[in-house]
Amino acid sequence: MLEITSIDKGIVIDHIKAGFGFKVYNYLNLDKAEYNVALITNAYSEKMGKKDIIKINNVIDIDYTFLGLIDPNITVNIINDGKTVKKVKLEVPQVVRNIIKCKNPRCVTSVEHYFDHVFHLVDKEKRSYRCEYCDDIVIPYPAK
Amino acid sequence: MLKNRCLIDPSDFTREEFREIFDLAHQIVADPEKFSKSCEGKILATLFYEPSTRTRFSFEAAMLRLGGKVIGFSEPNSSSTAKGESIADTIRTIECYADIAAMRHPKEGAPRVASHYIHMPLINAGDGGHQHPTQTLTDILTIERLRGNVENKTYGFCGDLKFGRTVHSLIKFLSNYEGVKFILISPEELRVPEYIREEIIKKKGIPFQEVQEMEPYMGQLDFLYMTRVQRERFFNEEDYIRLKDRFILDMEKMSYARPDTYVLHPLPRVNEISVEVDADPRAQYFAQAKNGMYVRMALILKLLGIY
Repeated sequence: MLEITSIDKGIVIDHIKAGFGFKVYNYLNLDKAEYNVALITNAYSEKMGKKDIIKINNVIDIDYTFLGLIDPNITVNIINDGKTVKKVKLEVPQVVRNIIKCKNPRCVTSVEHYFDHVFHLVDKEKRSYRCEYCDDIVIPYPAK
Repeated sequence: MLKNRCLIDPSDFTREEFREIFDLAHQIVADPEKFSKSCEGKILATLFYEPSTRTRFSFEAAMLRLGGKVIGFSEPNSSSTAKGESIADTIRTIECYADIAAMRHPKEGAPRVASHYIHMPLINAGDGGHQHPTQTLTDILTIERLRGNVENKTYGFCGDLKFGRTVHSLIKFLSNYEGVKFILISPEELRVPEYIREEIIKKKGIPFQEVQEMEPYMGQLDFLYMTRVQRERFFNEEDYIRLKDRFILDMEKMSYARPDTYVLHPLPRVNEISVEVDADPRAQYFAQAKNGMYVRMALILKLLGIY
């Protein structure tokens, strides 16, 4: 069995849906990190069956909006002296800015590119969002 | 306070604010001459990135009848857009010359983007298949003049409900009023967009039916709002040809409607209302076009803070 040692000071992003770990890794620019980062994919999980985990050996600013958008069930643990000192509760974000793009070919965002792509939460259960400009509804990361 | 505000979407104004506009519009209808010098020294810019006859003429006539002046373009090839200028830069430049602007654009949300870059009032004169709030003002003024108010009525919408921006704006507006019901008559492919059905109609608990026939529902309607299947909204010509003649209102279908059911249409019409229907007193689409000018006069006066 593969073993990744625990970290003394840093962040553990746990319960990432299997297959999404690499997406989180890329979004947080962890490929450019100068500290140790472990991306564990398909780890065993009693609750989820399989899950991905990211262990970051440093305390960095995390974009919780992005994590909440992907899956609000992801857990973020802040580690200090080898112990969890804070658990961050994620929420489905009300507003998402410059993370997803509108796919409506008639939307102004398809031709003009100098302003933010903004989406507003429509349905928390479905995790559907409405484009601020054209009102098109998207479900970027479905609940199931 | 409506002074210096933008009207991009019907949800930008409250019911009370719309009431102010309609009350003023009724006054203008009663005595247009009284307002003929109200906008002296003011300039309206019309930025029409997409062809329009009625809406542009209506805006321009409204400003001219208020004693103001009009500048603008009626197709993007005659503007800096052809050179690749952004919407933001165009509108910021126009703001240097005009007091108020109306914008039509084929891309959905373009007037919303423009409104973020200026301080003068901007009116959405139609953005793609999305919204057309001043047509809604026109429709509501017509409904009020015919039946007193918009509440407690059944509205039938027929034709292209997917790309019909006038339908989207009118449904959004009517959804704020008590006792309204909607009967949505369209081919499966041209049903109202999900955001209209889920976020507006269902969320506000408004009774509605989505159907694919006209005749059985004609007798229930207070207003029948006909729309054109718009060739310019289709990426595929075959789909347009297949759907364009699906619903045609003729005297035979009108025979199912009540004597007090009025027919509205944002115009232009192609063939979705037979010419024979024009003579029926229930056909009100040309009166509607005239109301459009009056209500735009009221809107301009309110946004400029003159009344």
